[in-house]
Amino acid sequence: MAVYVQFLIDVLSLGSLYALMALGLVIVYGILKLVNFAYGELIMVAGYSLFLLGGTPLPWLVMAAVAVLMAIGAGIATEYAAFRPVRSKSVTAVLITSFAFSTLLQNAALLFISPRARTVPLPDIFSDTVVLFGAIIPLRNILTIVAAAIMLAIFSFIMKKTVLGLAMRAAATKFTMARMLGIPANLVITSAFALSGLLAGVVSLFWLGRIGSVVPGIGLEPLLVAFIATVIGGMRSLQGAVFGGFLLALIVTTFNYLLPPELLKFRDAFTFSLVILILLWRPDGLIQGPATGQRT
Amino acid sequence: MNNSKLITFVAIVIPVLAVMLAARFLGFPVFERIVTLLFINMILVLGLQAFMGNSGILSFAHIAFMGIGAYTSSLFTIPLQMRGMVLPDLYPVLKPILLSPYAAIAVGAVAAMLVAALVAYPLMRLSDAAAVITSFALLVVMHTIMVNWSEVTNGPRTLFGVPKATTIYLAAAGAILAALIALYFKESRTGLLLRAVRDDEVAAGAMGANLSLLRWKGFVLSALLAGFAGGLWAHFITSYQPSAFYLKETFVILGMLVIGGAGTVSGAVLGTFVVTFAFEALRATENALNSSSVFPWQLVGLTEIVLALAMIAVLALRPGGLIEAEEFGATWRKLRRRG
Repeated sequence: MAVYVQFLIDVLSLGSLYALMALGLVIVYGILKLVNFAYGELIMVAGYSLFLLGGTPLPWLVMAAVAVLMAIGAGIATEYAAFRPVRSKSVTAVLITSFAFSTLLQNAALLFISPRARTVPLPDIFSDTVVLFGAIIPLRNILTIVAAAIMLAIFSFIMKKTVLGLAMRAAATKFTMARMLGIPANLVITSAFALSGLLAGVVSLFWLGRIGSVVPGIGLEPLLVAFIATVIGGMRSLQGAVFGGFLLALIVTTFNYLLPPELLKFRDAFTFSLVILILLWRPDGLIQGPATGQRT
Repeated sequence: MNNSKLITFVAIVIPVLAVMLAARFLGFPVFERIVTLLFINMILVLGLQAFMGNSGILSFAHIAFMGIGAYTSSLFTIPLQMRGMVLPDLYPVLKPILLSPYAAIAVGAVAAMLVAALVAYPLMRLSDAAAVITSFALLVVMHTIMVNWSEVTNGPRTLFGVPKATTIYLAAAGAILAALIALYFKESRTGLLLRAVRDDEVAAGAMGANLSLLRWKGFVLSALLAGFAGGLWAHFITSYQPSAFYLKETFVILGMLVIGGAGTVSGAVLGTFVVTFAFEALRATENALNSSSVFPWQLVGLTEIVLALAMIAVLALRPGGLIEAEEFGATWRKLRRRG
């Protein structure tokens, strides 16, 4: 029993993080049809903000709020620096500029802070554990699940009930038509990046809670996770991204429990090979969103 | 080979020979090293151009095929008496095989090609963003394998004892050969059809172009060139780690191709030259600043920051790179006719 509870909580907490990450990537993809390679660096920005605030006497929640705000700011900065100058030109161009922007941010962290890992301040609640059905569960895993549920609720409220959400969904379906009907394109795109930054910022708090420190290359793993989750979930649908996140967490956790230690070091190779197999079966991902027009 | 293609080819060969002779006879060992690495990078960039330029699909996996070429060729050339020390867990079958470096480089290129042929077929069905993301996943898979397969790669540690066999002449010959292959492939039936698919997937498909097969051919060819570059590189550097084939290098290679112009062979060559010299100049500046301690801390990553800014600037101003659509030969003939 205890093992099953542990497994379930592990899958749900990891899945919550993966799902939020994937959602942040797919909201930009949905509107712009462009992949943001600098997405992982939003987590790095939030991490370094926490580290820099670590010496101040502010309460932790204020530091966390500032870190999330910094991630939102970095998301908007990505749009201005890497996307706006080239977004009307070619898909490949934008892939490369966002990759370049990601390298730029990473090397700026190397240059101005340090190549070494920096510890971030974390509240005590992150290191507590609770006993649930005989299994010892870190409290932060339960917090992750709760936070993800709240974020998903807020997110679906914004997308379904507000004018901004309606405008974003309209732009994602047919960008040109939405513009003709008077939806300000730049505002929609900037808000998509801001929302993406908000999701990445919240994820970063729990991601850092798991590892405790920040390095310039911290963004790679979450970026990869978000990529893979969106590709298997279906690049065009928001539900698909969430589903892909939980599915990927299930695959990774199962490998963690089942693989013998000498094969465990190859875990990522197994995971991604499985992803390639899923894509062989369904090249458009498991959940296909509505067919969308070309971005122009 | 028609006239304008010949002019393009000559325009590529002349600077290659010029810098080779300059490096050989000016007598700076550092310069000779830079130029040899430039030629090896040129093979890699031309390989990437053959796939990316013609199919329009960005690939992140090529640096890993370079890694396969490097590791495979090294396995057969590390001297027998050193092998037990370098790779103590090597499979007994491989232990006694010793090839000449040239044969081993060829074996490495073929190995990279075979791996690409096997893994790429399913991936070539994907288009756009999904294709790019899976190529990124492929890079991670191959990197994980290189880091953890200690029996043949010595794990994350340095593999050493590879004999030095790549001379500046061999690298220059390889670069010229790669340019020839890339030029031929571009105008071949496969290359033309591949560009038709790139420009309009639906229309080309309706006319009977088998897009996944065409992309697969391009991918396999470019992996062959990447593997060849990897073998040459391994026998020039002589000791290396798996981290040499990862994101930082991918960024540099992509930078060369994109700044020069991914659509043309001339652009790929120009980009390699421009970025290599700019990169080396920046790195020298960085080192000079560090040793003179103008700044209170060590400068790391300045070179990459400048390259990143240059990439964004080039793409914002000229999205197709410095040489966008027309090979040098065609431009030259037009100018001649007009003048």
